[in-house]
Amino acid sequence: MTARPTIALVGALVLAMGAVELLRLRARRTGSGGRFFAHRSAVWGVRILLFFTVAALLAPLVAPYDPAAQPGIVTLQNMPPSWAHPLGTDAYSSDIWSRLVYGGRVSLGIGLLATLVAMSVGVTIGAVAGYARGWIDAILMRLVDVGLAVPRIFMLLLAVAYWNRIPLSILVLLLGLTGWFTTSRLVRAEALSLRGRPFVDAARALGASPTRVLIRHLLPSALAPIIVSAVLSVGNVMLLEAGLSFLGFGVQPPTPSWGTMVADGQAQLALAPWTSFFPGLTIALVVMSWNAVGDALRDAFDPRPEHA
Amino acid sequence: MGGGGTWLIRRIAAAAAIVFAVVSLTFVAIHLAPGSPFLPPPDRPLDTAVVARLNRQFGLDQPLRVQYVLYLKNLARGNLGYAFSRGQTVRSALATAIPDTLLLAGTALALDLGLGLILGIILAARARHATDLILSNVTLFIYSVPAFWLGLVLVFVFADWLHWFPAGFPTSPGLYESLPFLGQLGDRIHHLALPALTLGLVGAAGTARYQRAALLETLGREFVRTARAKGVSERRVILVHALRNSLLPLITLAGLSLPFLLTGSVLIESVFSWPGMGRMATDAVLARDHALVTAIAMVASAMVVTGSLVADVLYAAADPRIRERAS
Repeated sequence: MTARPTIALVGALVLAMGAVELLRLRARRTGSGGRFFAHRSAVWGVRILLFFTVAALLAPLVAPYDPAAQPGIVTLQNMPPSWAHPLGTDAYSSDIWSRLVYGGRVSLGIGLLATLVAMSVGVTIGAVAGYARGWIDAILMRLVDVGLAVPRIFMLLLAVAYWNRIPLSILVLLLGLTGWFTTSRLVRAEALSLRGRPFVDAARALGASPTRVLIRHLLPSALAPIIVSAVLSVGNVMLLEAGLSFLGFGVQPPTPSWGTMVADGQAQLALAPWTSFFPGLTIALVVMSWNAVGDALRDAFDPRPEHA
Repeated sequence: MGGGGTWLIRRIAAAAAIVFAVVSLTFVAIHLAPGSPFLPPPDRPLDTAVVARLNRQFGLDQPLRVQYVLYLKNLARGNLGYAFSRGQTVRSALATAIPDTLLLAGTALALDLGLGLILGIILAARARHATDLILSNVTLFIYSVPAFWLGLVLVFVFADWLHWFPAGFPTSPGLYESLPFLGQLGDRIHHLALPALTLGLVGAAGTARYQRAALLETLGREFVRTARAKGVSERRVILVHALRNSLLPLITLAGLSLPFLLTGSVLIESVFSWPGMGRMATDAVLARDHALVTAIAMVASAMVVTGSLVADVLYAAADPRIRERAS
């Protein structure tokens, strides 16, 4: 590694650590913020997520090599970790650390965007069902029942069959459109319990339209569980993306994603275990971070004395 | 349980309706997907005249509506159709794959619940101590690990490196048939170890987290304080008083785990070359094997709805409070 990526790497680390400390100083003053930062694993989760996000955003600076470069497919393939290649090289002699940094753009991006799709659909459908009740609610919730009865990966396998090489945008949409069922149930339950409250009646009596009541009055009150389920969903989506890519149906080569990198390494597992090990470890660390942050947020929003 | 009977009948009817909807949607989805069972992606090209004749012969040139009605008629007679990609009936394809999947998923589920329960109790009993902090992070890590990657790590350590366990297949190819009965049994267990451990560990991590929360919540209740005040030992408070009351949610979790084990299997079966439902599903979708894909969707959704139905019934049976509310 030359000076530039080393400095950028240290910079990303410092940025992640510093941002967390700034957040901590600000959040300490509020009750829920203090409860969040009492979770040590969640604080580490935020650090890890910030680090990989910064590294992915600044990939051209942080990555020592071009992720697609294959400098010596015979002489430099499957090199073990060394100073020149901190995580080794893969079967095509590409630098694994560089691919990991660029793959973070794809994997984190898919996780975030697909969750955004899933949450938008889930919140809309849940809110409409819970607020409208009656036959609209019945139809939408039967749809959710059916959606939940098919394992998500089967649904994705079936959908992916429509494309030979699936474009990233479609993959994001599919991951999002198969992930809104539980969210819509959650939001529906919130809407059902909130719609009878006096403040909703008051808004309606003042002539607010159903859309306005939903967006201005119901959603803010239901925001906490939505945020928690969104954060937990990012990790889940990243696991699904990795699984699909591992099977060869997700992100298509040569675009590096953490899942495709694990899959690429499988063939030379005994020969060069680092080719699969580091991308998989990264997925695990990042998903673990999302889960830890989600747990801590749940606790911060809804404190229960029994929980540590 | 006056209302319980009609409740159960309504639940079963709803479950059947869900499976029917899944079958119908899958049927339409796989038929509309580009490609045909006779034109799998480029590796097996057939003469177009032959393809046309095969399409005509098997009714694939008919409108989708007609094919769907025909499929339902056959389904009503118990005929699941023919799996073109495997050259056998769907029934016999399922019959060869389901036992392997159930063996793997069943072992994994036992490991999941057993290990998860024990870990959950330890975590709750040592809550906020060093043991809990360390083990909680370990369980969170395993819970977050991509199962297929964990499988690869276990293969590398225990198969490639230590040579303790085989890296794949349910039995030793070529050797299995010549073994005596006990040898065959041992061979199966030997091959089952790594894939079942992979699935079971990931499941157990989730169960442990769940059980920890449930037990901690129960430990905060009044009757636990009463028990402690009476001078009951902490061991007895946790293992007898609190544990029994915290076990109820585990029933639901077990019911919901069934589909997880099935979906986890898709990837794990691929890692370990395990010829179960998961790999068959992937292959069938790729080969546009309409009848097989639809049948797999039917089995999968039936497992999901049965899992949650059985969990609800067991829950009601185990918890008198629910029973009273239902009747």
